[in-house]
Amino acid sequence: MAFPLGILAPSGSIFSPASPNAAAITHLFVISLWICAVIFAIVAGLVGYSVVKYRWHEGDADPVQLAGNKTVEIVWTIIPFLIVLVLFGLTVHAMNRSDPPLVGKPDLIVIGHQWWWEVRDPRHGFVTANEIHIPVGREVSVELDTADVLHEFWVPELTRKITTVPGAGNHVWIEADRPGIYEGVCSEFCGTQHAWMRFEVVAQPPAQYDAWVRQQLQPAGAVSGDAAAGRKLFDQMTCVDCHGLNSTNDAPNAGPNLAHLGTRRLIASGVVTNTPANLRRWLTDPQLVKPGAKMPNFKLRPDQVNDLVAYLETLQ
Amino acid sequence: MNVPTSSPAVAPELLTAEEHAHWRLAWLSTVDHKRIGILYLIFTLIFFAIGGLEALVIRLQLAVPNNTLVGPDTFNALFTMHGTTMIFLVVMPAVFGLANYFVPLMIGARDMAFPRLNALSVWLIPFGAALLHFSVLTGVPKTGWFAYTPLSETPYNPTLGVDYWIAGLLVLGIGSVATGINLITTVLCMRAPGVTMKRIPLFAWINFVNAFIVVFALPVLNVALIMLLMDRQLGTHFFFREGSPVLWQHLFWAFGHPEVYILALPAFGIISEVVPVFSRKPIFGFEFVAMSSVAIAVLSFGVWAHHMFTVGLGHPADEFFSVASMLIAIPTGVKVLNWSTTMFRGRIRFSVPMLYAIAFLIQFTLGGLSGVTHAETALDWQTKNSYFLIAHFHYVAVGGVLFGALAGLHYWFPKMTGRMLSERLGRLGFWLFVFGFNGTFAIQHILGFMGMPRRVYTYPDFPNWGWMNMLSTIGACVMALAAITLVVNIVTSLIRGAPAGNNPWNAWTLEWATTSPPPAHNFDALPPIHSRRPLWDLANPDRPDPPVGTDAMALPNRAKTGLWLLIASEAAFFGTLLFVFLYFNLTPHPGPNSKNSLELGRTLIFSACLFLSSFTLWRAEAAEDRRSRGGMIAWLAVTIVLGGIFMVGQGYEYWGLYHSGITVSRNLFASTFFLVTGFHGFHVCAGLIALFVMLAIAIAGDFRTRRSPLVAVGLYWHFVDVVWVFVLLIVYILPRYLSA
Repeated sequence: MAFPLGILAPSGSIFSPASPNAAAITHLFVISLWICAVIFAIVAGLVGYSVVKYRWHEGDADPVQLAGNKTVEIVWTIIPFLIVLVLFGLTVHAMNRSDPPLVGKPDLIVIGHQWWWEVRDPRHGFVTANEIHIPVGREVSVELDTADVLHEFWVPELTRKITTVPGAGNHVWIEADRPGIYEGVCSEFCGTQHAWMRFEVVAQPPAQYDAWVRQQLQPAGAVSGDAAAGRKLFDQMTCVDCHGLNSTNDAPNAGPNLAHLGTRRLIASGVVTNTPANLRRWLTDPQLVKPGAKMPNFKLRPDQVNDLVAYLETLQ
Repeated sequence: MNVPTSSPAVAPELLTAEEHAHWRLAWLSTVDHKRIGILYLIFTLIFFAIGGLEALVIRLQLAVPNNTLVGPDTFNALFTMHGTTMIFLVVMPAVFGLANYFVPLMIGARDMAFPRLNALSVWLIPFGAALLHFSVLTGVPKTGWFAYTPLSETPYNPTLGVDYWIAGLLVLGIGSVATGINLITTVLCMRAPGVTMKRIPLFAWINFVNAFIVVFALPVLNVALIMLLMDRQLGTHFFFREGSPVLWQHLFWAFGHPEVYILALPAFGIISEVVPVFSRKPIFGFEFVAMSSVAIAVLSFGVWAHHMFTVGLGHPADEFFSVASMLIAIPTGVKVLNWSTTMFRGRIRFSVPMLYAIAFLIQFTLGGLSGVTHAETALDWQTKNSYFLIAHFHYVAVGGVLFGALAGLHYWFPKMTGRMLSERLGRLGFWLFVFGFNGTFAIQHILGFMGMPRRVYTYPDFPNWGWMNMLSTIGACVMALAAITLVVNIVTSLIRGAPAGNNPWNAWTLEWATTSPPPAHNFDALPPIHSRRPLWDLANPDRPDPPVGTDAMALPNRAKTGLWLLIASEAAFFGTLLFVFLYFNLTPHPGPNSKNSLELGRTLIFSACLFLSSFTLWRAEAAEDRRSRGGMIAWLAVTIVLGGIFMVGQGYEYWGLYHSGITVSRNLFASTFFLVTGFHGFHVCAGLIALFVMLAIAIAGDFRTRRSPLVAVGLYWHFVDVVWVFVLLIVYILPRYLSA
């Protein structure tokens, strides 16, 4: 069903749903907007008509002092009541279609941190961050948790939003009808860098998705030259205390796991793209790129930054 | 009585000639409801400027993507203060100010029921505001105005900002409850002869209804704030770790949604006065507008969890709050249709108040309709916390409430000051507000659809986001111009506005039956009152309104009414405390709990003393009735001793718990136990102090000449005893029958 607002709401919006779950909500929205538009037209029409028709002119006598009409009042109480019933029925229908109950164990566990997303895949047994890969056309169940405060998981084109309440086991279904990158964001205010707690859902054809999973499961290879120096620094400078380099163990992560950093499109939860230049900026002073982020400025020398970037670039 | 409508040559002054010599004292020490009303409005204007500037910086930061005008922490502090300021220091004082000034006038009263309490309420505003803004020196809270836990807990907001925020809101909350009690008592007990409850104007009626929401909703906030303060200062974990962040949301919104109506209802009241006067017709369906306000007030307490559709309450709960929230649209819609129909076949004069009222009708309808979409749970799952939500509640709070308040300000300014506002500047300001407001917020609906979340200090350069945000920022700047125009209009009109006369708009309610501004005693004489529009009847003796009801009326006792309302508010407070106890203790804790740590037998003995003290106090009241001073002194002394024994018993119990390591931060049982019994203990102490005062006065022998306030103190004491019955049942006895 077309609605004029569709023109104003280009891709990325809740009016371009890419999953049956999101489409159920969009469908409800379109109906609701039509109903609201009609109600608004009635009120605005009534007010507008009076404004045009019943202007006061100098010397006008006071009009007939009509104080009300019970029948009219009853009618315009009952009609909205019927509209409410209809809307409520449609709402329950859309709720069931867009948010069916979780069946079995979740496919993914997504954990909100100040200010990034940890993504665990218990079925395949690996962990990554800020990028969720799903195969096109398959329903993926996601359990939400948090390491600290409340966050909120929202991918407008794919699914409802849901808060990460500690220990509550909240969950959502995500699914994408077509391949693409879908923007996700934390929508519950969670502190200093709430604005840069973005993530991406990458929907891929099954073959590509399987290849990506295999890549995530691979251990890091040996490195040489600058990269080897960077590997050493990574341990010496205590980077490893927060950032895991093995994607397949269960250790908790204070910072994003970096085992396959090179495969990600963005760094720092969406602030900049993952290029050597941006990595260099980030390592030189994270607080300049993302003020307030938990990663401190290690006051690295330029040559140390180069070694680290060389190493991080090998993490494919 | 003759009501002159022609303009006098000179406008009367706000202060009398003698008061000009000491004008500071005249304003500081006033207990006159009209001056207090003006003080409220002055505070409103000051904080409107502060909150508005905060909004302007927010919009400037968001004007372009990846902007760095202010840093994230500054931005987060700005929107926290903007929200808190606009709600608690702008809109609430604005509606209380107008209610303070005009409710007594509209019912023909000389003043509010409790003028000194009224003065306390108004001065608590700058006090609370000072506490809130003191956080500027220690670290402004960066939590948003609803301070969701765990973010607002010490580990994530370690500076004292949140504590000052709590202290400020507690002070403002106490002032608000006092105002609520005062307004209800005023309407019930202070009406002039002929002003029956059926005849009071809609503005007075709606504020009367609204005051009940204030009296019952604010205590819930106070409980939540105290618990958060305990978390932060005493090491309890009500709202994080083993406690529940979702409970904070329940408590906050159980206050917060009624609060939305506390802000909106008075605006409905203003529109219900302005639209008829400028359409030259009575309001269409008076009774339906009046009763729909009651429906809104009642429903407003059953919709809070529509703020929580995304925390995972489960579909059944979500569906309940969805339909409850949609139902509230019905009485609201009835009002909109009544206002619109009032204009139909009227003779509409487009003076500035009416312009604001018309804009209100259109904008509030838009905000209300987008509110219905938020009540549809599935839609809320998409639009909550997005800019669509920001647009929605600003359409309600600015397009509705602020425009309503501005309609009221332009309507009543002549009455308050004796001078007219400039119609030319008024129109300019109006159009700037309309374009500025809609320019700022209309586009935000679309930004929300496109996925822009609220409370982000910056955003990526996505297609269309830049220009849409820029448009919104330009709108905000236009609104700033509008606000400046408004202030210029107020200031210049105060100095050289045209004299207003008594009734410049030819309105029909009683506030227009006296001079502008009214004398300290409000009315020299009142016109005869048989309908809702006494001044219409006076001006149209050939076709008066049909009389409404009979003239018979009963005015309840002021002190008793006030005290019953205080008790109602306190009952809401203790009800919330006991709810919290049940929430955390229905499953007994493995560590210390009611079963293994509380000694029932000993407590029952001390409780018996407390219950007995209600009986002895009743004997003291009876002795006073018999004018037996000796009997009164004796029974009062026994009451105090019994109350004292109870307090000693409670102290003994605390001592024992303390020595077995059960302190307030031990576990959730200990935290809730000390929370509930501690607040009850405070109330017993307050009662004991009041009884001591009674005793001292009785010994001094003052009650021979006039009746004591013992009945009021007694009511309070009995209430505190009744609360203990519930505490005993819920805290001491019930948990013995619960299994883990």
